[in-house]
Amino acid sequence: MTDSDIGVAPPETLRAAVWGQFRKHRGAVFGLVVLVLLIVFSVLGPFVWGPEKLSVAEALKSKNLGSSFVHPMGTDQLGRDTMQRMMAAGKVSLAVGFVAMIIAIFLGTLVGVLAGYFRRLDGPLMRLTDMFLALPLIPLLLVMVMLFRDKIARNLGPEMGAFVLIVFAIGVTSWMHAARIVRGEVLALKEREYVLASRSIGATSRRVILRHILPNVVSPVMVAATLGVAEAIITESVLSFLGLGFPPDFPTWGRLLYEGLEYMQLYPERVIFPGLAISLTVLSVNYIGDGLRDALDPRIRGR
Amino acid sequence: MKLTTALLGAAAALAFAPAAFAERGADGNVNVLYWQAPSILNPYLSSGTKDVETASLILEGLAGFDDKGVVFARLAESVPTVENGGITADLTQITWKLKPGLLWSDGTPVTSADAKFTYEYCTHPEGGCAQAARYEGIAAVETPDDLTIVINFAAPKPNPYTAFVGGTSPILQAAQFANCLGAAASTCTDQNFMPIGTGPFVVTEFKVNDTVSLAANPNYRDPAKPAFATMTIKGGGDAGAAARAVMETGEFDYAWNTQINPEQQAQMTAAGKGVLLNGFGTLVERIEMNMTNPSPDLPEGERSTTKNPHPFLSDINVRKALSMAIDRQILVDIGYGSAGRPTCNLVPAPEMFASDNTGCLTQDMEGAKALLESSGWVDADGDGVREKDGMKLKILYQTSTNPVRQDFQAVIKDWWTELGVEVELKNIDASVFFGGDAGNPDTFQKFYADVEMYANNFDGTDPEPYLAQYKCDKIPGPDNQWQGENINRFCDPAYDALVDELSKTADLAKRGEIAKKLNDMLTKDSFVVVALVDRGRLSAASNTLGGVVLNTWDTELWNAENWFRMK
Repeated sequence: MTDSDIGVAPPETLRAAVWGQFRKHRGAVFGLVVLVLLIVFSVLGPFVWGPEKLSVAEALKSKNLGSSFVHPMGTDQLGRDTMQRMMAAGKVSLAVGFVAMIIAIFLGTLVGVLAGYFRRLDGPLMRLTDMFLALPLIPLLLVMVMLFRDKIARNLGPEMGAFVLIVFAIGVTSWMHAARIVRGEVLALKEREYVLASRSIGATSRRVILRHILPNVVSPVMVAATLGVAEAIITESVLSFLGLGFPPDFPTWGRLLYEGLEYMQLYPERVIFPGLAISLTVLSVNYIGDGLRDALDPRIRGR
Repeated sequence: MKLTTALLGAAAALAFAPAAFAERGADGNVNVLYWQAPSILNPYLSSGTKDVETASLILEGLAGFDDKGVVFARLAESVPTVENGGITADLTQITWKLKPGLLWSDGTPVTSADAKFTYEYCTHPEGGCAQAARYEGIAAVETPDDLTIVINFAAPKPNPYTAFVGGTSPILQAAQFANCLGAAASTCTDQNFMPIGTGPFVVTEFKVNDTVSLAANPNYRDPAKPAFATMTIKGGGDAGAAARAVMETGEFDYAWNTQINPEQQAQMTAAGKGVLLNGFGTLVERIEMNMTNPSPDLPEGERSTTKNPHPFLSDINVRKALSMAIDRQILVDIGYGSAGRPTCNLVPAPEMFASDNTGCLTQDMEGAKALLESSGWVDADGDGVREKDGMKLKILYQTSTNPVRQDFQAVIKDWWTELGVEVELKNIDASVFFGGDAGNPDTFQKFYADVEMYANNFDGTDPEPYLAQYKCDKIPGPDNQWQGENINRFCDPAYDALVDELSKTADLAKRGEIAKKLNDMLTKDSFVVVALVDRGRLSAASNTLGGVVLNTWDTELWNAENWFRMK
């Protein structure tokens, strides 16, 4: 309907158009709000709110409490405040999820574009992808963590070392699906007339890829990326559970979930809070991805 | 007054009635839950507790251990000792006499030949017997007549109650197992699944890894026992579900090994259908101090070896302060509830071997701080971590992945941080940590950390082999593929000499004295082993099941013939 008064409206910038379309997707807006809230909770929460540090004996007196004014999410079996731990855990889990996803998407897109665009690279790169797909993920992660943990921890400290290692390990083992999707898209795109036209006027491969191909594979990449965040958060909790992730006093949502499992019958909130946080993150990221895909796709935008 | 007495008398008569007038098979069926299901009923082919304990209902030894750890006669007439002449003065021979008239469940007589056969069965070079340790040091088993068994040892044996004693070394029927010697042992499915025994029950049906159905043994030596006509042992689930089946739903009468956390213990006891039984054995959760340097800066093959002493844990004041800063009662409350008690001893039981060492039971944070101050460990740069000669007190504290252990780590880290020690925690998957793989850096033997926490115990009632683990020549290292039980790399010639003395001493009182001294040398004199919690066994029994006594020295089903239904 905006098309009818073309003469009046100033031309829309791409950013405004994308945002306009994104806003129309209710789920996406909702997801964005939830995700921002979760990030604010984890990152800014500890500055606003934090109970004082108690000695062990004092803390134990207030163990296993339910929700109250002093402890909004209750306390755990050692009298530690659950909300404080949820905040600290959120920071780690969200960071792991997003950084690992960025690594995976970067690798996946790179491999996918190269394999799809350059026929000579297609065979070797796709066989490499197949090989990675065939590798059993958890044993591979275990070997990586075992081999490199001490070396990295010595240089970066145990916590930062674990973070770098886990993020890297998850990233390099979860790019394959993105690569396959991107390759498929690129194979189709590079036969399109506008690509041919661009090449015929002498555009280099680099320019064709950056200007014409990449913007058109953004939507499938977005979908793969959103799924990747969820997977990374869950893989991290598996690693922590096996004792190969972060040190045990370093909470993550996954670890809180596993710790709460034992007390599930007596104190269901121990599982509900971290579980809810993981689910909300995954769900909101998925919706944001959905909205972004619609918003970035020129064929859908404006409809 | 008279009325009260009469009423009391009547009440007592009622209470004891089932036991007093019991006859075999009068009480119907009893349901037992072993959440790790039995997979074989021949204890010589499995070291799994579940298999050994289930088999102990069917197969018996000459003697067993009671709930105090004292040897009592089962198939034997009496327990031989040096005093009654059953053991020779030079400790190289023990003579057992069978009760006359004993029958196997198939009606044939039990003879000394069965015992001799059992010895041959387990010591067969091609057999791979799981309980070979029980028959170690035996030169020959002789059978002068049908009821006499003479065991000759190759060297003086101060603790001769190993062969044919307890649930792990019962007597097999020679006639049944005659064709199962050596390599054929594991192929004898019928024999291994349905052994003929002398115990209170016989197998009627065995579904591997699922259910064992048993019936009262018609030829059991006490005609009034067992009170139950049948018994069903079911497997599957986990400790929590097993406890629930007895304590909350009442589906089962007895559940084995129901280790659950204190909150669940309280909740399930409140349901009122059963009781949690606890018995204390020798399992001690402890922190082991590394006497050697685990620093990753050292070349591989030198880390955690005797080449490099530990930079600060070799100072006894540091070790002592670390121990003083721990409140053991809090640890018990967090992790074990009624299934644990604080201890300072490496050998907490049996009584005659347990030292009266209780000095560590009260936490003394101020004392610990003062001790570190006075020995030169001060926080000079104000970062909360003490140092001396540029060496900071920074500890890597590792253990296996287990919810209770992670709670312990968190709490102990808090105390040590308060003391002025920086603590880094690490948890390792239990199958790796206890896996013993020489190629893996994360095993407890390699000990690439400053302190580590786990639990260990010893088999039977005699602590000599256990204490001998701390001799200098048992230190793990690259030269012995990291096999060795002296995890702390503790080495004291005086200790070694005392262990040698123990191995030559037969007098029980004297043995107890030496064992206590050895225990003290490792704990309160040196703080190399910092004991935390004496972990008991926890099992659940229904309120309607009588006669249950939890035994930590032998199998839990050791007195199943005395079980009865309370009415």
